[in-house]
Amino acid sequence: MTDTTLSPETSPAAAGDAAKPKSLYALDDLTRKRNASEKRFKYYGLGAVLIGLFFLVVLATAIISEGIPAFTRTIVEVEFTLTQEQYDAAEKELFKTKAYEQFFINALQGQLEESGMSVPFDAKAIERIVGKTGGTIREYFKANPGALGAPAAFELAASSRVDGYSNGRVTRETLTDSRFLEKSDLDIVDALVETGIIKTVFNWNFITGADSGVDNPGGAGIGASVVGSFFMMLVVLFLSLPIGVAASIYLEEFAPQNRFTDMIEVNISNLAAVPSIVFGILGLAVFIQFMHLPQSAPLVGGLVLTLMTLPTIIISTRASLKAVPPSIRDAALGVGASKMQSIFHHVLPLAMPGILTGTIIGLAQALGETAPLLLIGMVGFVARGYPDGFITGFIEPNSAMPAQIYTWAARADYAFYEKAWGGIIILLVFLLTMNILAVILRRRFERRW
Amino acid sequence: MNEMPNLEQASAMTSSKISAKKVQVYYGDKQAIIDVDIEIQPRSVTAFIGPSGCGKSTFLRTINRMNDTIDICRVEGSIKIDGEDIYDAKVDPVQLRAKVGMVFQKPNPFPKSIYDNVAYGPRIHGMARNKSQLDDIVASSLQKAGLWEEVKNRLDEPGTGMSGGQQQRLCIARAIAVSPEVILMDEPCSALDPIATAKVEELIDELRENYTIVIVTHSMQQAARVSQRTAFFHLGVLVEEGSTQDIFTNPKDKRTQDYITGRFG
Repeated sequence: MTDTTLSPETSPAAAGDAAKPKSLYALDDLTRKRNASEKRFKYYGLGAVLIGLFFLVVLATAIISEGIPAFTRTIVEVEFTLTQEQYDAAEKELFKTKAYEQFFINALQGQLEESGMSVPFDAKAIERIVGKTGGTIREYFKANPGALGAPAAFELAASSRVDGYSNGRVTRETLTDSRFLEKSDLDIVDALVETGIIKTVFNWNFITGADSGVDNPGGAGIGASVVGSFFMMLVVLFLSLPIGVAASIYLEEFAPQNRFTDMIEVNISNLAAVPSIVFGILGLAVFIQFMHLPQSAPLVGGLVLTLMTLPTIIISTRASLKAVPPSIRDAALGVGASKMQSIFHHVLPLAMPGILTGTIIGLAQALGETAPLLLIGMVGFVARGYPDGFITGFIEPNSAMPAQIYTWAARADYAFYEKAWGGIIILLVFLLTMNILAVILRRRFERRW
Repeated sequence: MNEMPNLEQASAMTSSKISAKKVQVYYGDKQAIIDVDIEIQPRSVTAFIGPSGCGKSTFLRTINRMNDTIDICRVEGSIKIDGEDIYDAKVDPVQLRAKVGMVFQKPNPFPKSIYDNVAYGPRIHGMARNKSQLDDIVASSLQKAGLWEEVKNRLDEPGTGMSGGQQQRLCIARAIAVSPEVILMDEPCSALDPIATAKVEELIDELRENYTIVIVTHSMQQAARVSQRTAFFHLGVLVEEGSTQDIFTNPKDKRTQDYITGRFG
């Protein structure tokens, strides 16, 4: 190629004609560089979002796959009829529950044979699978003598290891023979599953029930701590929202600018960064040891979390008050509204969406907070007298969801680990409900613009 | 009621509505208004003109004590309305602002319905005993502001959804609704197009029958069109004050002449 073949369009610069105007069709170096860096930045951003999404998906899959078993439970359902004579005879026995257990075993055997299965088993094996059944049956017939002579269906909870076997946590390979369950028992379980005597049902008790002792993971439920968390959130909401909003309005609209208010401002920002366990020990010292409020009570938990949430609410409320255009204040003052009227009639409604956002962020933080609750004794709680004992209110001992999850995760039995994951699902559902509520409320306030 | 000469004669005879003596305004250490003396006649339009930063808006805002909301602002001297010093300790600025209404530079309707915008003032001042009285106040205020025909069928629509000119007239209606005696207007047309401006100017001319109006404006044509008296401010000083005709045709001060002939500002 020679110079003569170069056309002006392909290389205007090479033509060496300085007077020639620059073509808009050819990108100059600077523009090309700028475009490239813009494109690069766009991909960085996209990459960051994708990484975030990836982790979110991993987290959600982990939580759901690990937590789902907590929502099912394995039961043994046996139907049989006890006549008056059998009942009387059993009541005369020395070991009464043994006699009832025998009825149960007979009925089980009968049902198995009916469906053509034959597995050898003994009373001990049944005890390992469903626990001691005699007591439950006897109590049922003692309480309902009218049920004698008619077929009655019994749903008994299978033992923790049978439960694990049916949801895949326990397998033949991992099971070691012990007094809890032997490998040979699994043959019986398989047969019972096939005849439909052992089945998996939805575990309502997990959602509505209270925590159980360490030896009974199957009976553990998160319901009590959901109520505990709910009461705490009520305390937090009804204390921190009015206090926080009032403080912000004062600081933003009324307070004079001087060293004292500057100091308050700095310290509010500092408080937002204080580790939550510090608030816990403060709550222990002030509310329990000094003011003698009851330990483990949602009221105290709520107070501690209120202290923690206040800075968040104050900071976001002040920001949203600041964002209301001053022309609105002028307009209200111009028609003769007092300062308070201008704030309450105009500024506050316009700042409401922002205030709500801050409040919900604060509440969500408080909901997931565990550390301060450890110090005021809202952890390691086993409900007695459920369901009447715990639900009565703000000063009865209770736990909270994150503290309950922590307790379960710390227990030895692997079945509790499942419960912990299940608890996290419930916690997230609670959180999501709160957020959706906030979004709906915000929409309603925003429509006023 | 368009007997202009009679009206001017009458106003010349009666005492002035607003009387300012030796007014000084400070923002911190900086003095924004220096020794302003002015008499403002009732039921007339007085225009404040002057280059940006000359203090005309600042002075306007001292008349209804809007400057109180600025922490570092300090006012000295006396401003009397109907013979009462508005900076007296006994005077509540809130009560004063009901008597001295204000319309701002940028239309600033509340983000509420047209009805609520106008009804807000009467409501907080307890001016209506029942709904029908309030309806009457709203209707008559909108009529006076020349907006009634345009909005009477959509009173529940948001005030922020109207055009700029309509919004400004809504703000005027809102100011009128509390039955003020004085209306202060701080460059009310600076954000409006010429057609909307003409409408607002027409409205100002009509309102003159019942209200004392003080208007700050950047447009000298506007001052000439709507006002009876004009005051020229420069660097915080009231340079010259007189009938609009005199100021524009026969200014006494060199600075006024330079400004109105466009030599600076």
